[in-house]
Amino acid sequence: MDIDREDGRTRNQLRPLACTRGVLHRAHGSASWSQGDTKVLAAVYGPKAGAKKNENPEKACIEVIWKPKTGQIGKLEKEYEMILKRTLQSIIILTVNPNTTTSVVVQVVNDDGALLVCAINAACAALVDAGIPMKHLAGEDEHVILDPTKLEVQKMKGFAYLVFPNSVRSVLPEGSLAKGEPVEHGIITSVTHGVMSVEGYFNCLDRGRAASARLSDFLRRSLQSQLPGDSSKAG
Amino acid sequence: MDTSGDLSSQMDPDAYRRLFPLRYFEQHLSESIRPDGRPLDRARETIVALGAVASANGSALSKIGSTNLNLFLVQTMLAAIKLEVMTPSIESPDEGCIDAATLTLLFSAIDFHMPPSCSPLDIYCLDADGALFDAALLSAVGALSHLQIPVVSVNDDGRIILLSEEDEVKLKKEPLNKEKRKLSLNKIPFSLTCILHKNYILADPTAEEESIMETSVTVVLDSSSRIVSFYKPGGAVLASTSTVQDCVALTRQRANELQAILDGAISDMEVD
Repeated sequence: MDIDREDGRTRNQLRPLACTRGVLHRAHGSASWSQGDTKVLAAVYGPKAGAKKNENPEKACIEVIWKPKTGQIGKLEKEYEMILKRTLQSIIILTVNPNTTTSVVVQVVNDDGALLVCAINAACAALVDAGIPMKHLAGEDEHVILDPTKLEVQKMKGFAYLVFPNSVRSVLPEGSLAKGEPVEHGIITSVTHGVMSVEGYFNCLDRGRAASARLSDFLRRSLQSQLPGDSSKAG
Repeated sequence: MDTSGDLSSQMDPDAYRRLFPLRYFEQHLSESIRPDGRPLDRARETIVALGAVASANGSALSKIGSTNLNLFLVQTMLAAIKLEVMTPSIESPDEGCIDAATLTLLFSAIDFHMPPSCSPLDIYCLDADGALFDAALLSAVGALSHLQIPVVSVNDDGRIILLSEEDEVKLKKEPLNKEKRKLSLNKIPFSLTCILHKNYILADPTAEEESIMETSVTVVLDSSSRIVSFYKPGGAVLASTSTVQDCVALTRQRANELQAILDGAISDMEVD
């Protein structure tokens, strides 16, 4: 377990986390989230009146715009956009603001691995900042090696870039149980790359859960510590 | 919604299905059957036809679904590969590359031993009725196993040229790749999409099922039952490990089925 990685971390160790909310003045909510050298800025605009075309007007509509660090948006970014959108749709309480559109703009500041995860975390923090009602906060990602850097991602042959957000507890105190497993063990999103055994996947799930618990603790702490500054905005 | 239960006996089934689609499906699910007559864990009938496009080097047509209960549940995908000679990337000079948007990652599972060449893999959706990815992957795998690598030779300027059969006789060129005309696919990936709704797992959903019940999981397993992809973009929280295990088990079963279908298609090809 104590195999050191290139940057001196152990296999289960996450990179240093940082989260700042309210970084942008014109957005309704914003947050920057960084894990090591990966940094993502998210801004939330809305809810604005009117649903987009082809969307269900009985529910709130989420729009995700992904801005890459440089260049044009490609197929990979389109896929990230889609995954992020569907993940947020399952987190946000869509029935509270029917027939509205909420835009989430994600700006990649620097990519050093685990980008999608970082974006999901940033988007969640920004949604909290904007006061969008959510069922739970999504925490995290996972790996065979936790929270990989870009270099590590490139080096691993069959790497398990497995994103699964979860964490429910404190927001929904009743913590409904499904088949004896707590909800925070559930998977909202899972994306894997490369080949792994079925046991390997379950191993990833377990370690992802442990890591996401740590991440959601961090998120909660950082949200609470910033609450006083937030009250002026809410009012 | 509570009134809809009473209405089901009085209303025309078609009208009921349109007005209360979720209720309609749930009533079927509680009887362990789906509106198209399949059990929950049964995938639709699948056909793979290799060599559907004469002008391509490799092609396959996959069709998931059959006519059942007067409903046309057909999902057709066509994949075609046209090989082109090109300069390989500097990073991996001995490997060919595949140019297909979403599938590239999945094909990391297949070992490529092919001469430097690039194969744009085009997938055309002819008819969509749910589980698009499954059909797309199946047709891509079919096209790759059908792929015939064209004979190439080096001309006087040292450039690689494609040889047709007449050229070979006329120009007396020695082909460079006489033996290696087929790709060696070591591990073939097969996928199954499942819809998760409450405690039910529905294998190989139709487009109607996908639109009513939103949470879907796509599992891709290779021939040695390793996970190539476990893809769940958002949707309701999938809380239990046993659900994951069930999905994997269903995919394993389906992969065996698809392997047999593909093998059948390949042996049909060889007989012709």
